Amino acid sequence: MSAGLYSINSGDFDKTQDFTKVKPYGDTINDGKVQMSFTLPVPCGAEAIEAAKQLMKKMGFDNPMVVYYKELTPGFTFFNCYGNCTHTVDYTTIFVPKVETDVMDMHQVDEYIKTHIGRELVIIGASTGSDAHTVGIDAIMNMKGYAGHYGLERYDMIKAYNLGSQVLNEDFIAKAVEIKADVLLVSQTVTQKDVHIKNLVELVEILEAEGLRDKVILVCGGPRINHELAKELGYDAGFGINTYADDVASFAAQEFVRRELKK
Amino acid sequence: MESKLGLDKRIIERARSLSAHIAGEIQNFVDGYTTVTVERTLCRLMGIDGVDKEQIPLPNILTDKLKAAGVLSEGVLYFLANAIVSTGLSPQSIAEMVADGSVDLTRIPVAAKDKRDQVIAPYIKKSISIIKEKREKREKYLSTIGEGSKPYLYVIVATGNIFEDVVQAEAAARQGADIIAVIRTTGQSLLDYVPYGATTEGFGGTFATQENFRIMRSALDKTGEELNRYIRLCNYCSGLCMPEIAVMGAIEGLDVMLNDALYGILFRDINMQRTLIDQFFSRVINGFAGVIINTGEDNYLTTADAYQQAHTVLASDLINEQLALLAGLSQEQMGLGHAFEMDPEMENGFLYELSQAQMTREIFPNAPLKYMPPTKFMTGNIFKGHIQDALFNIIGIWTKQGIQLLGMPTEAVHTPFMSDRYLSIENAKYIFNNMRNLSDEIEFKPGGTIRQRAHFVLNEAISLLEKIKELGLFAALEDGLFADVKRSRKGGKGLEGVLIKGKNYINPYIDLMKGRK
Repeated sequence: MSAGLYSINSGDFDKTQDFTKVKPYGDTINDGKVQMSFTLPVPCGAEAIEAAKQLMKKMGFDNPMVVYYKELTPGFTFFNCYGNCTHTVDYTTIFVPKVETDVMDMHQVDEYIKTHIGRELVIIGASTGSDAHTVGIDAIMNMKGYAGHYGLERYDMIKAYNLGSQVLNEDFIAKAVEIKADVLLVSQTVTQKDVHIKNLVELVEILEAEGLRDKVILVCGGPRINHELAKELGYDAGFGINTYADDVASFAAQEFVRRELKK
Repeated sequence: MESKLGLDKRIIERARSLSAHIAGEIQNFVDGYTTVTVERTLCRLMGIDGVDKEQIPLPNILTDKLKAAGVLSEGVLYFLANAIVSTGLSPQSIAEMVADGSVDLTRIPVAAKDKRDQVIAPYIKKSISIIKEKREKREKYLSTIGEGSKPYLYVIVATGNIFEDVVQAEAAARQGADIIAVIRTTGQSLLDYVPYGATTEGFGGTFATQENFRIMRSALDKTGEELNRYIRLCNYCSGLCMPEIAVMGAIEGLDVMLNDALYGILFRDINMQRTLIDQFFSRVINGFAGVIINTGEDNYLTTADAYQQAHTVLASDLINEQLALLAGLSQEQMGLGHAFEMDPEMENGFLYELSQAQMTREIFPNAPLKYMPPTKFMTGNIFKGHIQDALFNIIGIWTKQGIQLLGMPTEAVHTPFMSDRYLSIENAKYIFNNMRNLSDEIEFKPGGTIRQRAHFVLNEAISLLEKIKELGLFAALEDGLFADVKRSRKGGKGLEGVLIKGKNYINPYIDLMKGRK
């Protein structure tokens, strides 16, 4: 299993870093080392190991190694593996759309809203559809916030309504209209078979059908969401992992001003 | 048992007596009411099952019609008994005729009370004996093939397809799991009916249906025989159909049930009056069926802070214990919940978790405590997550928890893969075996952090219980004393299904089942 440890001829590749041809890094530039684990629905044995190796070859790995395998139940074998990735990407030509606003802290956001909007920003949030998890929307909205970032409820210049989980899109919109929300936050935490996408798209469709889409700022968030996906689905912004209330509040306030939504 | 934390028995007794008072007041309220799902449960106990052309369960059809006629508060057994006297048919045949419109239960002549009691007696006897047989079957398995040692390893399956769940469950059992929980499909708790038949589509879980229960229990019986170790099956007796799910589980031999009204009130916004009435009958059934109930206090810590709000978990466990006692459950059937949910960045967090778990153990010495893994602070860093779960497992064995709900390294990513479950079971087995008798060797320093913390939390819990006693549990829930969540007495889902018991109302099962075997 530890053959690599004693190998003396593993060095015949170009070790200079080239950002047009980037590949994974183990301990030497361009060694291409990747660790992976997966399960194959085949009986445990020599054939299973060979199948795992062949699969890794097809995935573009040289020197595929199965370092651990275990029968999970008859007919299923689990593998821990390493391989050297043969593919590269051109890092220099990558473009990723991002939320293009300055991130401010809570006091700066409050100050910004006071100066540029002159009234409280009304934000409504919910975990919509069948999703029963409130952890995402709570992290953004609850007074306490998450990981040291206060939630929207604590902002002086934000009126925050957290509807909780399993809110139907129709009910969400009805409440937003009732309280004259400026910003709609939708959280999707746990999902199966991409039901979160269907749900997010449905909300946009209803808003458009009711002629409300242009009148509000529409934001979604959750571990499986990123800004690019959000834009694609018709949202103004998307916030994924490692983003907090300040990111959302900063965007909402600045977008509100940019779009001159002041009513 | 000498307290390792130096907890004063008299203080614990004080906490219990406060809780008993709070629970007693709730019970006084509960005794005067029934609900639509309690009545549907009685239909099921009478042997009524199946659905009409539109997939509406027959128990719903019966109770809906009686409710629409404004007479359901007299109880479904009153009308069924009259119908049996008048037609000589079985409850099932009568239900089918109600469904196709050929019988109207409200237009049947009223029979004398003794006549009514006499005609339903054989159906009552039959249902009691079915549930008894299931309980005896479990007891026989436990005395022959035996079971895993405590803490039981509890894992979930959640594919949405009951047949795929079976594959996952068998694999988990072979890897060492003692309890398999089939997670319900998202939103089932808010359905005011129980779907029918085997199901293969669900989101984040699988529908709880009687047929799905049967399929999984029979697969686990087979696997248990093969492994020489009884594998328990767990489902969710919560939401708007608590007693119905309880009776379906009792008939199909389920072993463990999530069964907690407080959880439904706080986290599913189910009306508090409705669900506390439902809970009582569901717990009576679970008690009789030999089911271990699990309570959901661990969830408080997903919204409230685990360090600051630790006492709310203890206070709720104490109230839940008293409510369970009033429903006839033995302490050995109370899987009271708590959790390992403190921020991993907190200095000495492990000491506080250890203190909390040891304190809970000592206050409920006979209960198979349900210990929940870290969830709130789990991230996509599965490698760190595996270590968080390891620390949780160390406390599980050290403080002799009853049911260890295994954490998955991929908690924050997806519902568990077969391999995630394997890694988690391996983690727990390694630690449980390697540290099996650690607890017998270790005491906690008088005046040290661990003891002091336990005293502090117990005292805080007593202050909270005093406040709840003064307010009453309903008002305490309205005030947001648990989990930072406020719920109103008349708000939430299901209040329209609550009915005051009428003068002809009977539910003979409460006397037949409560506190009995």
